[in-house]
Amino acid sequence: MSIGRPTSELPELSREEILRYSRHLIIPEVGVEGQRRLKAARVLLVGAGGLGSPNALYLAAAGVGTLGIVEADVVDLTNLQRQVLHGTKDVGRKKLESARERIRDVNPHVKVIAHDAWLTSENALEILSGYDLVVDGTDNFATRYLVNDACVLLGKVNVYGSIFRFEGQSTVFCTADGPCYRCLYPEPPPPGMVPSCAEGGVLGILPGLVGLVQATEAVKLITGVGEPLVGRLLLVDALGMEFRTVKLRKDPRCPACGTREIQALIDYQQFCGIRGAEPEQPPDGVPTITVGELDARRRRHEDFDLVDVREPHEWEIGRIEGARLAPLSTFAEALRTFDSARDLVVYCKSGQRSAKAVRQLQEAGFRRVWNLEGGILRWAEEIDPTVPRY
Amino acid sequence: MSATLRLPAVLARAAGGTTVHEVRGATVGEVVAEVAGRFPELGTRLRDARGEPYPYVMFYLDDEDIRFQQGFATPVPDGAEIVVVPAIAGG
Repeated sequence: MSIGRPTSELPELSREEILRYSRHLIIPEVGVEGQRRLKAARVLLVGAGGLGSPNALYLAAAGVGTLGIVEADVVDLTNLQRQVLHGTKDVGRKKLESARERIRDVNPHVKVIAHDAWLTSENALEILSGYDLVVDGTDNFATRYLVNDACVLLGKVNVYGSIFRFEGQSTVFCTADGPCYRCLYPEPPPPGMVPSCAEGGVLGILPGLVGLVQATEAVKLITGVGEPLVGRLLLVDALGMEFRTVKLRKDPRCPACGTREIQALIDYQQFCGIRGAEPEQPPDGVPTITVGELDARRRRHEDFDLVDVREPHEWEIGRIEGARLAPLSTFAEALRTFDSARDLVVYCKSGQRSAKAVRQLQEAGFRRVWNLEGGILRWAEEIDPTVPRY
Repeated sequence: MSATLRLPAVLARAAGGTTVHEVRGATVGEVVAEVAGRFPELGTRLRDARGEPYPYVMFYLDDEDIRFQQGFATPVPDGAEIVVVPAIAGG
C-alpha cells in the first residue's frame, strides 16, 4: 500500500533535501522514491497534544511535505509533562503557533497548515478532504467517532492511537478492506465511565511510545514499506513493558464501513451521551456552596465539617486546611462516621465526585450537606493560591 | 476448563490490583461469571445487568474477538488466554 501519486508526479528533491534525508535514501526500501512520496504526502494531525506532539516532530523530521494540524487549544503548564511539541516559553500561546514554530525549526521544508478550530461535524469533511492520511490524536470519544466516520465517508486512512495511564492502543483503520473504529467499538462507554487523561492521569512517556507507533505506521503507509497495522490492534502495556496484538475484523454489520447506513456525519456529542454544554455541571438537586461562601464561613469560625472525597494520592498534592479525607471509592464505609446533626461541606478536585458523595449523604438521611462548587481547583484559583493546582 | 484472564491495569484495580488471573469456565461467559463472583465490582465493568457484554469492552480469546465467534457462549479451550480490551480515548 502506498498513499499518494504515481511516481511520475512526485516532487523532486533538492540538493539540501538529499543531504538532509541521506539516512533514509540509503535504505533500499525507502530510497529516493520513498522520500519523494513522503514529500508529496499530506498528513492531517487531529490534535497537537500528547499523541500529536511526537507525530508532528517525527513526521516533520522524516520529510512529510504537508502537515495539517487541527487544534484550538492553548498551551497549559500541565501539558508539558508529555506534549513535547510545546515548551515552557509557549505556556499561554496557541498550540498551533508553538507547533508551527517548532516544526519550522525541525524541518523548514514542511508546509504546516493550521486549522484553528475544534473538529466538528460541520467542518470535518472539508478539512479532512485535503489530506491523504489522518492521524487521530484526540482525547475524547466523540471526536474519535467523528474522525472515524469522516474517514470512512471520504475513504481516508485513519492512523489511530489512544492512551490511558500506563496503557495504549494503536491500529490503522479505514483502509479499503480493513476494519474501522466502529467495527472495534460499536458504541462509546457512557460519559464518566472512562476517565480522561485530565481526570485519571497518564504517564508522560506513554504518548511518546504510542504516538511514534502511529508515526511509524504513517511513514510505512506513505512509502509503501512493510506490513501496516491493519486488522491488528496493538496493545501497549508500559508497566509490564509488553506489546501484543489481537486480531481486528471488519464487521459486515458495521453501520459506517459495513452496511454504509451512516451516509453523513451525525451529532457525536449526542451519540456519546453528552448533554449540551457545561459537562462540569453537577447533577440537579445537589445543594452547593461557593468557595467565597466557604471562605466566609471559615473566617466567621462557624462550626461545620469539611470533607475531602479525593483519593489519598491527590490529598498528598494539597488540601484545604481543616478537611478530613474520606475518598469516594470507600465513601460508603466512611459515611457512618459522619454526624448528621452537623453541617457538612464536601469537596473534590472540581466538584463532580463530591456531588456524588453529597447524593450518597442525602440518601443516607443527611440534610445539611453542601457540595463545594468548582472543588479545590476553584479554591486555589480564587481563595488560597498556596494550594497547588494539578 | 482452566484459562488465563488478562486485564488492563485500569480494570485490575477492581480485581485486587492483579492483571493476570487464573480462571475456570467452559465458556467466556462462565469465566466472566466466575471472576465476577470473586470481584463483584469487576463484574459490573465486564458485563451489563443482563449479563451481556458491553459494546465498548472487548474480549479476545487467544487473540480472536469473541463477537465474531459465539460471544459469551464461545467455548474456552483448556489453557486458553482471554484478553480484556476496554475502550480508552486519551490522547
